[in-house]
Amino acid sequence: MTPPESATLTPPTATTPVNDIPETKALIKEVLEAYPDKAKKKREKHLNVFEEGKSDCGVKSNIKSVPGSMTTRGCAYAGSKGVVWGPIKDMIHISHGPVGCGYYSWSGRRNYYIGTTGIDSFGTMQFTSDFQERDIVFGGDKKLLKLITELDELFPLNRGVSIQSECPIGLIGDDIEAVAKKAAKEIGKTVVPVRCEGFRGVSQSLGHHIANDAVRDWVFPQFDKKKKQGDVPEGTPYDVAIIGDYNIGGDAWSSRILLEEIGLRVVAQWSGDGTLTEMINTPSVKLNLVHCYRSMNYISRHMEEAYGIPWLEYNFFGPTQIAASLREIASKFDETIQAKAEEVIAKYQAQTDAVIAKYGPRLTGKTVALMVGGLRPRHVVPAFHDLGMKLVGTGYEFGHNDDYKRTTHYIENGTLIYDDVSAYEFEAFVKELKPDLIASGIKEKYVFQKMALPFRQMHSWDYSGPYHGYDGFAIFARDMDLALNSPTWSLIGTPWNKVEVAA
Amino acid sequence: MAQNNVNDIQDHARLFHQDEYQELFKAKKEFEGGHSSEEVAKIADWTKSWEYREKNFAREALTVNPAKACQPLGAILAAVGFEATLPFVHGSQGCVAYFRSHFTRHFKEPFSAVSSSMTEDAAVFGGQLNMIEGLATSYNLYKPKMIAVCTTCMAEVIGDDLQAFISNAKAANSVPQTFPVPYAHTPSFVGSHITGYDNMIKGILSNLTAGKKQETTNGKINFIPGFETYIGNLREIKRYADLMDVNYTLLADNSEYLDSPNTGEYQMYPGGTKLEDAADSINAEATIAFQSYATTKTREYIETEWSQKTYVSRPVGIRGTDEFLMKLSALTGKPIPKELEEERGRAVDALTDSQAWLHGKRIALYGDPDLVIGLVQFLLEVGAEPIHIVVSNSNANFEGELRALLDSSPFGQNATIWGGKDLWHLRSLLFTEPVDLLIGNSYGKYLWRDTKTPLVRIGYPIFDRHHLHRYSTYGYQGAINLLNWIVNTLLDELDRNTIIPSKTDISYDLIR
Repeated sequence: MTPPESATLTPPTATTPVNDIPETKALIKEVLEAYPDKAKKKREKHLNVFEEGKSDCGVKSNIKSVPGSMTTRGCAYAGSKGVVWGPIKDMIHISHGPVGCGYYSWSGRRNYYIGTTGIDSFGTMQFTSDFQERDIVFGGDKKLLKLITELDELFPLNRGVSIQSECPIGLIGDDIEAVAKKAAKEIGKTVVPVRCEGFRGVSQSLGHHIANDAVRDWVFPQFDKKKKQGDVPEGTPYDVAIIGDYNIGGDAWSSRILLEEIGLRVVAQWSGDGTLTEMINTPSVKLNLVHCYRSMNYISRHMEEAYGIPWLEYNFFGPTQIAASLREIASKFDETIQAKAEEVIAKYQAQTDAVIAKYGPRLTGKTVALMVGGLRPRHVVPAFHDLGMKLVGTGYEFGHNDDYKRTTHYIENGTLIYDDVSAYEFEAFVKELKPDLIASGIKEKYVFQKMALPFRQMHSWDYSGPYHGYDGFAIFARDMDLALNSPTWSLIGTPWNKVEVAA
Repeated sequence: MAQNNVNDIQDHARLFHQDEYQELFKAKKEFEGGHSSEEVAKIADWTKSWEYREKNFAREALTVNPAKACQPLGAILAAVGFEATLPFVHGSQGCVAYFRSHFTRHFKEPFSAVSSSMTEDAAVFGGQLNMIEGLATSYNLYKPKMIAVCTTCMAEVIGDDLQAFISNAKAANSVPQTFPVPYAHTPSFVGSHITGYDNMIKGILSNLTAGKKQETTNGKINFIPGFETYIGNLREIKRYADLMDVNYTLLADNSEYLDSPNTGEYQMYPGGTKLEDAADSINAEATIAFQSYATTKTREYIETEWSQKTYVSRPVGIRGTDEFLMKLSALTGKPIPKELEEERGRAVDALTDSQAWLHGKRIALYGDPDLVIGLVQFLLEVGAEPIHIVVSNSNANFEGELRALLDSSPFGQNATIWGGKDLWHLRSLLFTEPVDLLIGNSYGKYLWRDTKTPLVRIGYPIFDRHHLHRYSTYGYQGAINLLNWIVNTLLDELDRNTIIPSKTDISYDLIR
């Protein structure tokens, strides 16, 4: 079956573009002038203006970043360890290689979980083989095997281990698969080797893919074995899995609560607050619900092919999309669920109305420029729209063409699109478009705040959250208001240097 | 409904404690395949035991929660201390995203650095093309006055030759021939971030000072901060030197870069050591480094290549600051001004005011070698007793120096130095031999949670408290800052432990 596209927004009736299209195209041209020729040729394919009726955003994507351009992208290790595997709470994820990668990705993402850290959960810990020169020279396989036995002794309640490769592993010819098999026998647990060396691919994105493949190859065989032995419980007709919610600030919980309220049984969360057991049992669900399409579509497609499980993209940002998603999800089930979905939508109506009544007037008409990872550059747009805000620019750090296709359903005519934007471009665009709010990442935050521009982090929710679900939308609205309407912005600039307006 | 009051919107800190979420958590357990709470409690208890400690310390291959990062992090911190300098990290691109995020989370400031974005093909053919294109692009876009190149472990493993690549990039007109592109090889599998700092400073100085040696000295003193993350320290050093009318060059002065005023305009390169001043540093009278283990190679280079005297001085605590001022005075012939005597008197006064609360208090601490030595200097001065000292990026020289310092005081007699150990080792130490206070970076909060040892955040990174990096830990004022953080943490803890009405609040005193 072809996966259904996410529920679409009602296209804006007015076709007045959010930005003047010829002017914005001229701006792109002007910004590109700063590049040397070779880099310019590469970059011009990644910048465009969305024009209504087009099937994508008119940009190339998922291509190597230009060296020296100051990309915001990370690497495959960040995608695998940092995003996909790291949140699986009852496994120990080894940052295999030198000390840095594990250090920088240690507790950085606020993937919330319930558990006793260091005893039965390991999410905010850093395990590393801390490679020294001798490990590079002689290889790290022996050390890896030894450390797995050591950690199993010190952390006996771990349910398994994943080996997250850092750059040197693939370069020095280590055989982590052989070590994984051997170690799995020795400790009697799942050991997953992941070849997510940072030099692979062009961004985090390949890391997600590699991590998905590792689940397919090293986790699902356990389901298959259980199935063969008749050990897989039948489950219920309402069994679903949340795929691609990393529970940042508790997002997966404020989503799960809604799915449970409409009568579904959430068997697994991938991977925020998730466990190995949940992963293993996922092929028994009736439907996979995919939030972050970019990082988890691979395993969703695999489950569709291998187990016949359909999957559905949903969007829990903002009441419009939440309601549309709940209805779409319910439509895959019987009337009981459909009736419950309506009840739930109605139940939260008052809460949503109150939020919009309070914050709408304070935010309406404000403009936003977004630049996030692989999903949110489109997914959060409706939440801004629900508050009456307008999007003037958006772009992905590591989106693919299918993301830009999906984006067309979310954005308005004339929106500036920037793929893998460089620091130089982003700054230049913002100076020209003058959005009221920038919603991007930590590396961008203070650049724009120095420009006296309100900013919210859209990777980490600026340490707030959750933003998913109805409960999350209230927080989202509150946070956009406190960013935009802070009195601190008005303090910037001395009163004695303000230019007097000539009478 | 959990979120039922629009005038009291609850985020994660309260939302998830509502009944419906608590129910959700409970119900989710059915699917998790977790362990019984008895089993978890049993293991949790076991991890507090001496038996566990011994197993823990028997580890040979596994590192858990280390207190160290890798070389290029230090290299780029050094680089941004120079005027309009763009750090350029040759290798995989994810590292740079990590470095920038890390520094930005700590300083709450922009941090610019670029990568040569090497991928699979570069792994096979080497990264020369990435260097050629990367230098051209970053030079044109970001208009730096200098590009400082260091490496990721990927480039090191495949053996890329920076010197050759940079000269080939210049030959290809990526940057002008005369444009400074200093470089340092910074393999992450050697040393730690402080090693990277050392390598990069040495690289920058050797590049900028080439051919600049004069017949006579310029009468200046060079200062090298080291892997310094307290902006206040750099400011304090400059203030002291100004007060003493000392002619100086603060090398790698990133104090403005990492704490720039908000004027409504973003500057990519605020402040920094002027390139001509750095070039002239070869002609100085002497160099004082404030950290020994982040400047080892640099000092050796200055001594041998420049024939210039170098000194290490850690102006932490009263005596540490005294020694620094006397050293500066001796080198320059400038007297120590009355003003600083008064500052010293005020700091000593503060220490005597609080000494009763610190005397004999057992302290665990961890961090970089030089940070730890400075803190130990201070703790011994106030009669506190360092007990567990964990330094992940330790070496034999450091351990010898620290041991001598501890031996010099009756308050250092119970200290144990744990070189090369990590924070999971420290957890065992805190459970088996409890202390009154823990000093470390934000990662210490996990130890605080597990062992209930109150944490004073001093070091790097500090992600979960704001603005501490703006203060000084150096000088007499720095001693007051350290004292303030430490004594008030102890007093807060005392209040926390005496706050239950009719149970513990006997000692809930108004006057302390």
